[in-house]
Amino acid sequence: MNILVCVKQVPDTTEIKMDSRTNTLDRSSAATILNPYDAHAVEEAVNLKRKYGGKVTILSMGPPQAREVIKKCIEMGADDGVLLTDRAFAGSDTLATSYILGSAIRKMSAKKSFDLVFCGKQAIDGDTAQVGPGIASRLGIPQLTYVEKITDLDAVNNMITVHRKLDDGYEIVESMLPCLITVEKCINELRFSPLPDMIKAARFSPSIWEVNDLDADISRMGLKGSATSVRKIFPPAKREGGEILNGTTTEAVKSLSDKMKGEILACRS
Amino acid sequence: MQIIESSDIRKITAVHGGVWVFAEQQEGRLNSVTLELLGAAKKLSEALGATVNTVLIGDDVRHLLPTLFAYGADIVYLMDAPAFHYYRTETFSKAGKYLIDKYKPEILLIGATTTGRDLAGAVATALNTGLTADCTSLDIDTEKRILLASRPAFGGNIMATIICPDHRPQMATVRPRVMQLSDAIPGRTGIVVNETFAIDEQSLRTRVIKIVKETAENMKLEDARIIVSGGRGVQDFRLLSELSVVLGGVVAGSRAAVEKGLIDPAHQVGQTGQTVRPKIYFAVGISGAIQHIVGMQGADRIIAVNTDPACAMMKLATYGITGDAAEVLPELIREFKYALC
Repeated sequence: MNILVCVKQVPDTTEIKMDSRTNTLDRSSAATILNPYDAHAVEEAVNLKRKYGGKVTILSMGPPQAREVIKKCIEMGADDGVLLTDRAFAGSDTLATSYILGSAIRKMSAKKSFDLVFCGKQAIDGDTAQVGPGIASRLGIPQLTYVEKITDLDAVNNMITVHRKLDDGYEIVESMLPCLITVEKCINELRFSPLPDMIKAARFSPSIWEVNDLDADISRMGLKGSATSVRKIFPPAKREGGEILNGTTTEAVKSLSDKMKGEILACRS
Repeated sequence: MQIIESSDIRKITAVHGGVWVFAEQQEGRLNSVTLELLGAAKKLSEALGATVNTVLIGDDVRHLLPTLFAYGADIVYLMDAPAFHYYRTETFSKAGKYLIDKYKPEILLIGATTTGRDLAGAVATALNTGLTADCTSLDIDTEKRILLASRPAFGGNIMATIICPDHRPQMATVRPRVMQLSDAIPGRTGIVVNETFAIDEQSLRTRVIKIVKETAENMKLEDARIIVSGGRGVQDFRLLSELSVVLGGVVAGSRAAVEKGLIDPAHQVGQTGQTVRPKIYFAVGISGAIQHIVGMQGADRIIAVNTDPACAMMKLATYGITGDAAEVLPELIREFKYALC
């Protein structure tokens, strides 16, 4: 199995603060981490490599310091990694991002094509879940999104069978390889890295590719290549102040029931 | 209901452009987000002076047409064929792209479900247009005919309004259970455009083997509409489970409850557990540490039960009841058993 995993370095959103004066994000307040869903994508790829042999390569796009998340992936058992970093990539929306990543994957596939491309289901900063499907479209391969479990991988006939999450359950889908898979967290549990992988990661530095390393159209990258733009950002509406239901417990409970009965029944329909 | 074949389409100009809704259905059952999107599309179309057009792709789905018209569709593009029995990215995205290329919508709304987001990402890339994910409010810049799609970002810490000024259609996925339904007008009718799109099953690379539904008991926490969550202030989690059964919800807990062994770690809500976004969140005996609040503040309604009326959770709550969980829980169980039967 020749496997590629796309990962992103993201700010830890639980630590992000809003500057209430300027209505902007204070990014300096947040540490950066490997996007949690991507960690599970790496874990799954490494599990498949252990079972079927092959190689796991990491691809990321970001500022130079994003090399840290690639090193983290090496620590988790990946073999190699490429970081796409160039000012020309900055400000890309999901359309431009999938174009850049797709171009890089084509180049990486020149020597040996990938059987599987993994992504996390979404990144926790943008929460769009659009780059995975975008890459699959660019590469012209099937996409299996929101995968909770790989139940079968038939390396002889090049078929994979997965459970794909639906809003009220899941579906069992099979696909020919190569295909792109985006994973849910429940697909596996992250293990602690063995010492040799940690040492390897400490010494590792990823290949750095800039825009000139890609055989691609620069006008389709960055702000220029993006179809969407942010018109404004604003703080979320504050939750309205709560109402304490007064009276005895019985009275308060009755009052709650009167207020909420309709909504509870609607939820159950 | 006027049914026209796609070959006759040039006679009617209104079938071009418009605000489009992707009608999501599964085995002939309409996903309720579709009706919400029709409500949203209606408001946008009024601002633009456009029609509300709906894409219905499936296998034996004609019976859904009256519902789509009743909730606001003016035109439905219908593709009804066995190849569309199950949703598959490759069949639906190709069929969708075909319709979009042919009839050129201004705006396309899709539900932000797993199916909708899978489809939207593929279609937007194929069309080389912009897509805004998981929107919670939609508006129109009427002068420039631009969709203003707003959505939370950075874990809900900010809201961003995204535009797609130069590419068409302007696409957005819309979070379920956010948009208002329009009032249904039974018997309202419109135009059905019969469309066909040849699919060669042999050339397809994916196949859905089957769909497995989940019941309320084994429903995942992140999918639950009602969550009954307990913390340090709950001694007896059996009462919490009983209330959850009565309400048709799923039980969860704070980190404190997990550490006391009262509930499985898989059901922990908060920074180190899961982020949930139910319709209704009962926080019983949870004072509201920030690590817990970041995991549940997206709930539409929060009901807090706490001995301390001044605690953070009571301040956040839609409704608060002051009292000890051991005393309030049995009352809640009794009352809702009676009220919901």
